[in-house]
Amino acid sequence: MTADAILVEGARKRYGEKEALAGLDLTVRRGTVHGLLGPNGAGKTTTVRILATLLRHDEGLVRVAGHDVRTEAREVRRRIGLLGQHAALDEELGGRQNLEMFGRLHHLGARRAGSRADELLERFGLTDTGRKPVKQFSGGMRRRLDLAASLITDPEVLFLDEPTTGLDPRGRGEVWESVRSLVGGGTTVLLTTQYLEEADRLADRISVVDEGRVVADGTADELKAKVGVDRIDVVVRDGARLDEAAALLPGERAEVSVDADRRRLSVPVADRTASLAETVRALAEAGIEAEDIALRRPTLDEVFLHLTARGTAPGADREKEVAA
Amino acid sequence: MSAAYVVSDCWTMTRRELAHWARQPVQVLVGLVFPVMMLLMFGYLVGGGRGVDGDYVDFLVPGMLTLTMVFGLEGTMTAVTQDLNKGVIDRFRAMPMTDGAVLVGRSAADMLQSTVGLLVMVGVGYAIGWRANGGPGSTLGALGLLLLLRFAMLWIGILLALVAGRAELVQAVQILVWPIGFLSNAFASPDSMPGWLGTFVEWNPMSATATAVRDLFGNPGGEPGHIGAAVVWPLVLLAVFLPLAVRKFGRLGK
Repeated sequence: MTADAILVEGARKRYGEKEALAGLDLTVRRGTVHGLLGPNGAGKTTTVRILATLLRHDEGLVRVAGHDVRTEAREVRRRIGLLGQHAALDEELGGRQNLEMFGRLHHLGARRAGSRADELLERFGLTDTGRKPVKQFSGGMRRRLDLAASLITDPEVLFLDEPTTGLDPRGRGEVWESVRSLVGGGTTVLLTTQYLEEADRLADRISVVDEGRVVADGTADELKAKVGVDRIDVVVRDGARLDEAAALLPGERAEVSVDADRRRLSVPVADRTASLAETVRALAEAGIEAEDIALRRPTLDEVFLHLTARGTAPGADREKEVAA
Repeated sequence: MSAAYVVSDCWTMTRRELAHWARQPVQVLVGLVFPVMMLLMFGYLVGGGRGVDGDYVDFLVPGMLTLTMVFGLEGTMTAVTQDLNKGVIDRFRAMPMTDGAVLVGRSAADMLQSTVGLLVMVGVGYAIGWRANGGPGSTLGALGLLLLLRFAMLWIGILLALVAGRAELVQAVQILVWPIGFLSNAFASPDSMPGWLGTFVEWNPMSATATAVRDLFGNPGGEPGHIGAAVVWPLVLLAVFLPLAVRKFGRLGK
């Protein structure tokens, strides 16, 4: 038994011209939640599909739960659970039918598969779904059933590929709660997400992925320290007084960025609320009217501006990740 | 991987297909009614049958049974294509189950449906005056040859779906099976066709089955000596397409 639940060294994967993984390295310790954070097309899904034995990598070493995904795929499959971006359920069948079928395919035996299905339905609050086919489930219910299906055998390693994309806030909260309750049981979780907040809430450590490589990793606090501190944004009503206002903001004048077109000033601040109060007072005393004053955390855009030299922001024009 | 797991995995996947039927009985019914409709249309509306000695219904029914087996290919292809485009395939592939159990489940269910379909067609054939005159052994042998052809077509359908994997290509195949089905002796005797076409038709594997089945049923158009070809042709197709399909499924995503 090695200490690492996931070990990836120099993984490469190419789709035609496009290099989806360009030498990705990743180590995830047993019993931890690890976040894989990155924009669309960064290689997150490709990484998960390779780890889950669904896709074969071109080069590099990839081991999951102590087994090589290429040569010992079946051993890996016995130890993993997968929650992909799209529900991996039989839409025509009911919730219990799905779970029972997956239990049988995990070789639990008919009786145990049935009782395990009932346990999971109970745990995820799906007992009252009866024979209703999955295609009639709500998004949140479907996601919970999908999660239940990935937990049939209490996997050593669980992959969650953008588990909350497309869910409303309530569905998102449900999934987060379920993931948190799992972690107590000693399961290792690899979570991909585009949302900094999600990684922040759930993950012990985070790897930031861009262009098929890990560009930074650490705890959420470590990454935030790298990215920078909170900022105050001010939109001044009278564009002519922009420079005057800039001089009044807390901190060094040189750190204030000025967007003249939008009449907006932005400055990093160390002391959050005190700086905000000071800004409001200084502007009021000078008689400068502000349309908007906001204190905010660094955005994911800024994480990427900071961590990638090219300054590519998520949501910018990118090829959609190939989900083969 | 013990043999018991192989059997249980294949059975679980077959049960899945049967559960789908239970959920969509209308679809199953339409699948059974379509060939019956074809039989009645050709028996009563198109009629005739060029170059056929004897009663046309007696000639037509074995031909239609054969054609139904061949057309099964598109049904299989459609079902596999739909399945491949669903997320659930990812879950199956990331599980420690037997390679190919998904395909075996599909083929078992399709064979079961085809057997039921065949019996319905035989029943309707009887109702419109067709008779099997060859004795019970020969009749069972004929049904066996038909199902063997269906089994071969099934694996061609699976492979086509795995290779093409898109709904538009299913449509192309749905159209192409018509000329292939008609370039056989299912509806007319090759003797009535221009020489080169007749030769092609006689070489169509479907014609071998149709001729052998007519022989076994004691119907017009049957000739002795075609049973060997009706056994060998499907086996050759199976030997090529079954391993290719299983291999292709195992290599999805590679």
